[in-house]
Amino acid sequence: MARYQNMFTQVQLRGPLEAGPPLRDAGFARSGRGSYYYWLGKIGAAQIGPIYLGTLGMASLVFAFVAFEVIGLNMMASVNWSPIQFVRQLPWLALEPPGPEWGFTLFVPLAHGGWWQIAGFCMTTSLLLWWLRTFRRARALGMGTHVAWAFAAGIFLIITLGFIRPLLMGSWAEAVPFGIFPHLDWTAAFSIRYGNLFYNPFHCLSNVFLYGSTLLFAMHGATILAVGRYGGEREIEQITDRGTAAERAALFWRWTMGFNATMESIHRWAWWFAVLTPLTGAIGILLTGTVVDNWYLWAVLHHYAPGYPTTGIVDPATLPGAPQ
Amino acid sequence: MTAPLVRIGIASAAGAALVTFGGCDLGHKQTTQTGYRGAGLDQIVDLKHIAKASAIPAPPYPLPPDGGPTAGQSYQNVKVLGGVSKERFDHLMAEINQWVAPPAQGCNYCHNPENMASDEKYTKVVARRMLQMTQAINSRWVSHVKQTGVTCYTCHRGNAVPANKWALAEGTPDPDTILGNKHGQNTPNANVGYASLPYDPFADYLNGQHQIRVAGNSAFPSRDHKVSVKTAESTYGLMMHISSALGVNCTYCHNSQSFRAWNLSRAQRGTAYYGIRMVRDINEDYIGSLQSVFPAYRKGPHGDVYKVNCTTCHQGVSKPLGGISMIAQAPALKGPSLPPAEPEGGHAVATAVPAAFNQPAAMTGKK
Repeated sequence: MARYQNMFTQVQLRGPLEAGPPLRDAGFARSGRGSYYYWLGKIGAAQIGPIYLGTLGMASLVFAFVAFEVIGLNMMASVNWSPIQFVRQLPWLALEPPGPEWGFTLFVPLAHGGWWQIAGFCMTTSLLLWWLRTFRRARALGMGTHVAWAFAAGIFLIITLGFIRPLLMGSWAEAVPFGIFPHLDWTAAFSIRYGNLFYNPFHCLSNVFLYGSTLLFAMHGATILAVGRYGGEREIEQITDRGTAAERAALFWRWTMGFNATMESIHRWAWWFAVLTPLTGAIGILLTGTVVDNWYLWAVLHHYAPGYPTTGIVDPATLPGAPQ
Repeated sequence: MTAPLVRIGIASAAGAALVTFGGCDLGHKQTTQTGYRGAGLDQIVDLKHIAKASAIPAPPYPLPPDGGPTAGQSYQNVKVLGGVSKERFDHLMAEINQWVAPPAQGCNYCHNPENMASDEKYTKVVARRMLQMTQAINSRWVSHVKQTGVTCYTCHRGNAVPANKWALAEGTPDPDTILGNKHGQNTPNANVGYASLPYDPFADYLNGQHQIRVAGNSAFPSRDHKVSVKTAESTYGLMMHISSALGVNCTYCHNSQSFRAWNLSRAQRGTAYYGIRMVRDINEDYIGSLQSVFPAYRKGPHGDVYKVNCTTCHQGVSKPLGGISMIAQAPALKGPSLPPAEPEGGHAVATAVPAAFNQPAAMTGKK
């Protein structure tokens, strides 16, 4: 049956496996020669491997494993090592940061939050090592380091939540617990404590970029698929040598919204939206409790919260006769 | 080749749907707008899961008219209700028999049948204190119970010990170990609506005087307002208890624009404010005073007496017993009129009147 097939989805090439260029600065060789896998070919490239893990990759995985084990074993200890209760209660279980009584003590006893510090340290180290790996692999391939810097933006938000803001507040208790429901309850409690994070303008910006990222992703993905029949998926070639696919895609957006990104700029839009999501989020987190204590009142001060009619209810604690 | 795959796919999709939506209550919801439009001020109830207000029992016999000799003149050792007429005193005893005493024991649950005046049974001593408590609730805490008032039945519902009560939770044997130590949270617990929040808000907030308010009075940080996010989680746990005890959601009292702002809240929040103080008063002054009276088998695992929380009376409905007043059937429980309780707000709160919260529009310089 005749139908158009493009490189994105349908045709799986078979032939000599692609080994990649020779490694220039690596202490390890790539392991394996790679193989084809039909079902992965349905969603991406069918070739798996060869894999290069290297010193940084292996060190990163070791730290990630330690963090994972510390968190999991703490959760399991909290249900007295019962595997059944561990599975049943897993969404509720947590590894909690030290309580407010510990302030920002660097070495808290293990049972009082020391394990949380160890898990956090190992997770952060793992992320930073993996970041360095993405940076150095990109350099080794002669690429730009855009992936590394985008990853760094995400890491910055994590470190802000778990280390920089607790440091500024002088209390580990401000940090996020490890746990499925517990970190969600932390989020809600955080917003309630600081007077509704909804009114934090950097929270707003972070949401704009987050939802904006999904919108851009949908628009770009849809556009390229729509001009795939004219070779539109060969985007890099279309940047330097604009073909009919690029012309049609551009014309479509100029017709529908009067403006079009270019084959190159759309990727800068996407990169910046993605990177600004955690960056603005981290700024919002950094300001909370340090510079602003109640975002609702801050928004009232800045003519930014809508005023609803008062219900006329008075705080009973302020009525005459209340003990001072 | 394809058929098994399709079957696996359908099974996984069904499994994923079960996991994702298993916590959802399907079925018709009833939505009632409770405040200014556009602010999400709605009560959403699942019609299938509305707690039914229990039926009001018929009086044992019609309330006799007041007058005649008093109970104090007719009986010995009547310390609380001595001024009530004998006829009405007898009527109240019959009601307590119906509302509280186990049917098998009747009057003998509290009284020695050979000597009704004797205080030898602990239950009689408890009952006397509970009469004082009921009178205090109906007079001193009219800010919470309004004119509806409470009777023994509001909590007891025919049980010798009210069905909904609490005692100090089993703690961690050793706080210096992680073994079995959940730091009082991270457990599916009905007290806090199965959230992972700290699940024993009662000892701190309903027996102790811990500060419930967590959000600041000022837009900017202050040395006088150091409140940890962990404290906010505890308050959140208490609010989840109130929410499930009353069968309501947050916006029954609060405006989610600012949970803290009173001028955006509904009047129900004020009622709840006094309710929390009332429960503290009940637990500390009335039930707590019976610590040495109750036998060990009537106490919790830590040896403290069972205490009340919001569920003790409310039992899933915003107005206990559907808001039907039984006080006319038992006028002696109205008690002498005591001065209503003064509002109290803890140390930091009452001093700093949050002017900003009372009049946020004033801060903006426009209406």
